[in-house]
Amino acid sequence: MKFPNGKMAGFAAVTLACSLALAGCGAGNGGGSGDEGSSSKKTAVTFIPKNLGNPYFDTSDKGGEKAVKEYGGTYSQVGPQEGSPDAQVQYIDTEAQKHTSAIVLSANDPKALCDSIGNAQKAGTKVVTFDADTSPDCRDIFVNQATADGIAKVEVDMIADQIGDSGEVAILSASANATNQNAWIDLMKKDLAANHPKIKLVDVVYGNDDDQTSFDKTAALLQKHPNLKGIISPTTVGIAAAARYLSTSNKKGKVAITGLGTPNQMRKYVEDGTVKEFALWNPEDLGYLAAYTAKALVDGDISGKEGDKYKAGKLGEFTVGSDATVLLGDPFKFNKDNIGKFNF
Amino acid sequence: MSTDLETTTPRSYASYTRPVWWRLLLSREAAVVAALVAVILWAIYFVPFFGNQLTMTFLLLDVAPIMLIALPMTLVIVTGEIDLSVASVVGLSSVLLGSLVDNGWAVPAAMLVALLAGLLCGLINGFLVAYVGLPSLAVTIGTLALFRGIAVGLLGTKAVTDFPQRWTSLAKAEIGGTGFPVIVVPFLVLALFFALLLQYSAFGRGVYDIGLNAEAAQFAGVSVARTKLVLFVMTSLVSAFAGIYFTLRFSSSRGDNATGLELQVIAAVLLGGVSIFGGRGKLPGVIAGVLLIGVLSSALRLQGTTVNVINIIIGVLLIASVMSTSVLAWFSDLTARRHNRGRNQSGPTTLAPAGVGNPKEVDR
Amino acid sequence: MSDLREKDHHVSDRTDHGLVSATDQLVAPSRMSPGQRAFNTVVRSREFSILLVLLFVVAAATLSSHSFLFGGNGWRDLLLTPSILLLLAIGEAVVIISRNVDLSVGSVLGVTAYLTGRLFIDVPGIPIVVVVLAGLLAGALLGLVNGLLVGFGKVPALVITLGTLYIYRGVVLTWAGSNRINASDMPSSFGDLGTASLVTIPVLFLVALLVLLVVGYYLQTARGGREVYAIGSDPAAAVLYGLRVRRRVISAFVLSGALAGLAGVVFAARYGSVSSSAGTGIELQAVAAVVIGGVAIFGGSGTVWGAAIGAMLLVTINRALPTVGIPDFWQQALVGALILGAIVLDRVLATRRARRLVEARDEEPGEPVPTAGATA
Repeated sequence: MKFPNGKMAGFAAVTLACSLALAGCGAGNGGGSGDEGSSSKKTAVTFIPKNLGNPYFDTSDKGGEKAVKEYGGTYSQVGPQEGSPDAQVQYIDTEAQKHTSAIVLSANDPKALCDSIGNAQKAGTKVVTFDADTSPDCRDIFVNQATADGIAKVEVDMIADQIGDSGEVAILSASANATNQNAWIDLMKKDLAANHPKIKLVDVVYGNDDDQTSFDKTAALLQKHPNLKGIISPTTVGIAAAARYLSTSNKKGKVAITGLGTPNQMRKYVEDGTVKEFALWNPEDLGYLAAYTAKALVDGDISGKEGDKYKAGKLGEFTVGSDATVLLGDPFKFNKDNIGKFNF
Repeated sequence: MSTDLETTTPRSYASYTRPVWWRLLLSREAAVVAALVAVILWAIYFVPFFGNQLTMTFLLLDVAPIMLIALPMTLVIVTGEIDLSVASVVGLSSVLLGSLVDNGWAVPAAMLVALLAGLLCGLINGFLVAYVGLPSLAVTIGTLALFRGIAVGLLGTKAVTDFPQRWTSLAKAEIGGTGFPVIVVPFLVLALFFALLLQYSAFGRGVYDIGLNAEAAQFAGVSVARTKLVLFVMTSLVSAFAGIYFTLRFSSSRGDNATGLELQVIAAVLLGGVSIFGGRGKLPGVIAGVLLIGVLSSALRLQGTTVNVINIIIGVLLIASVMSTSVLAWFSDLTARRHNRGRNQSGPTTLAPAGVGNPKEVDR
Repeated sequence: MSDLREKDHHVSDRTDHGLVSATDQLVAPSRMSPGQRAFNTVVRSREFSILLVLLFVVAAATLSSHSFLFGGNGWRDLLLTPSILLLLAIGEAVVIISRNVDLSVGSVLGVTAYLTGRLFIDVPGIPIVVVVLAGLLAGALLGLVNGLLVGFGKVPALVITLGTLYIYRGVVLTWAGSNRINASDMPSSFGDLGTASLVTIPVLFLVALLVLLVVGYYLQTARGGREVYAIGSDPAAAVLYGLRVRRRVISAFVLSGALAGLAGVVFAARYGSVSSSAGTGIELQAVAAVVIGGVAIFGGSGTVWGAAIGAMLLVTINRALPTVGIPDFWQQALVGALILGAIVLDRVLATRRARRLVEARDEEPGEPVPTAGATA
């Protein structure tokens, strides 16, 4: 059979060229054909959250964008669809190639990203972690929302309060490797053992920050432990999904749910009584602070040493603590009385 | 009598009536290579930061698992079978490597176990397809779930990220200062091996024969069952090796590593000019196909676009490249009929669409 | 001699009229009563054995933890959670019976689930019925693209649907970006549908059941349905016989797409929150459910009832594992083993049937077939 392959080659090249042109025109988002140039004047900051499509990171990155615009830098946000470290590596590598001034990153794994971060740092990029840290030797500064102790304690206190300080509880976490989650869970276990002997932690399940998975895991928890009295979910995706399941089940009101959640997602469940109280900090402030920290590093105002001071826009002055960590503040408790005041 | 013989038309071989340069440059594979070159040129001129050496290094590091697995996958698809379980074997070997190293094993020993696991997986696939006679699509969907399930079950939601520095640097090291990562060396060795196997050995001829007509091949002396078994074993072995590389490169051993990789491999292979019906395809086209997808992804990522657009482009390319054969066949039918050459019709065009793993009635 | 015959239970039926030869058994009208015959068909069918497995799993889980079936939401969740996979499996079964495969159903589900949310947000006050219809239509359209490419392209459906899997998923990702639909974006009446029940049976499950009955009846009795089986059995013969193969195949894909669209709406109702990754990976579960349910991957045999039971089995196993104490990490391995077991079983049964047919062909009519192993 004859193949008019000459036509084939031309046809393929033309189709490809057209589709690329279309892609190039339609998709130009922050890159485009102009040369971005290295950070001679503008500080280019890229936010890499754990995964895209997460309202918590949408808010924090919005705060970061506000800060970057305030000090006249260029902002961009990239990230993987699922919260896995190898997907993040590719984005970090890309930033290294682009000679971005600074990366603000919430890490999916404490060690797996270190090599790419090292590459980026060698290329001159400053690396700031926020929300979830890497191991301290492979980033410049970690911006922490609150002390891990404080976060763990406030959640344990809330659940103890809501279930009468005795009974079975379970934890619905995000992904099994997230540094921040594991740190908080460990501290919660210690706190429970030391201060709440009548509360028994029966299970820890992982929802991977995926809504459907968290929903199904909550259902499985309730089914497997019929005497469960409370669920702690230190992740905004998890607590929203769990609350949604509880509000349509017959355990509504009988099983307490608390943890870290955003007011907008939780408002409905606080109002209908499924959730009594939950906590968080302001993620927008966190992103804002992280962006200013990045700028301070890039400009050379600070170097990550303990005791360095810098100003973070409208949030005021901050000092770098031990392990090159900066603290935002204390967690804030949301309940029926004050939830109407917030919009994030 | 002899004059009668002399006046009969001399034998002609349709494939060789055209000059060599025509055959080489206007082939399916050349089209893919041309597309690759076009994309690279576009990227160098229009995408900022693409032109530096770091890009090539990262690109090759990223695309290496797909390149490695695409080599034996080409042979499998040429025989008319398919292997969807490759990504799960990558995951399984990654998990085995991670959990053994976590338990104190030396890395080389753990690597050996991972490769053995790959061998075993290939034997299972090959046995079920070649000797029990089950359709490879169904078998490999089942083993996809089975192997991935074992991988996830062994490690749970844990991930092992602690690997000796020596090995993880090796996975990412470059050859001298050229910017080519070290993984290119095993890739070139394997590519050479498979190319020689396919083009210059009886085994390779057998592979093409099976793809064209398995029954005829069997009668012609090709041991169909054994060939298929060997191919599935090779595919799983290479996948296990790719899993080792993947783990060491990302320093991360997780149960869900490389999920979805099989689709990328198959997309790259089909893009490279291998016919899904079997019996046709060459390795250079496949390598060009893999690089094409890699360059596109890298360039678009540098431009700031995310996964979405890359997905759409790969999907469109895949469909276009596979349909092009049918479209071109239809064109040539049209022109043939118009020129009224009186040659045989290439079969009823209303023939039922080819099904899953089904020997085809379409004329070639 | 007659003692030997008496022992040939496995080859011939014992009826009131004495032994029946294999040929007669396979070729002549059955001498059993209609009731007996119906009972036999059902009990020996693949669907029944899977139903038994399903009941066994439910029983084991309930024994281990009463709340699996009896406590509060146990019964409701048992029927509600598989509803989505059920819809997908029905559509997938029709496609596979026609000797094709549709890998794009997960991406179609993602598109329509997001569309559902978007419609509620952008068109306030839109009636739920309109949204459901929009989902169905969108899914049907996407399925039509698949069908046209497969029908006219003469390329295996595997490759086409692989490409559309990428394309549709890319469309959702581009459209949704990093936005997600939250439960509060959709009217509460829609969310309530997610858990509403009629006589303790969830509404969403009833919808899936209705679809199952309609499609199953059509495939069983209507000409179009039987033609799908014919096309799957032997496409070349179907063409020569004069069946409109292309039209049937395109319809099969349109149906599969429409049902995936409906599944997307159900997804939005059940989970209340839709992100751009909705439905990723569910296509392989759909194919697994169909294969376990007895539909041959080569097409031409199997029923949607089997596919439906297969879907319920898969989801129920997933839910039952933690209850029984097996960490649900092993679910995928179990599913893989089930698929392999199912196709090996199919193969063994098909070989045995073929062998019996050959033996029957070779024997003289009226003469009982010797026991297996002896030459004819």
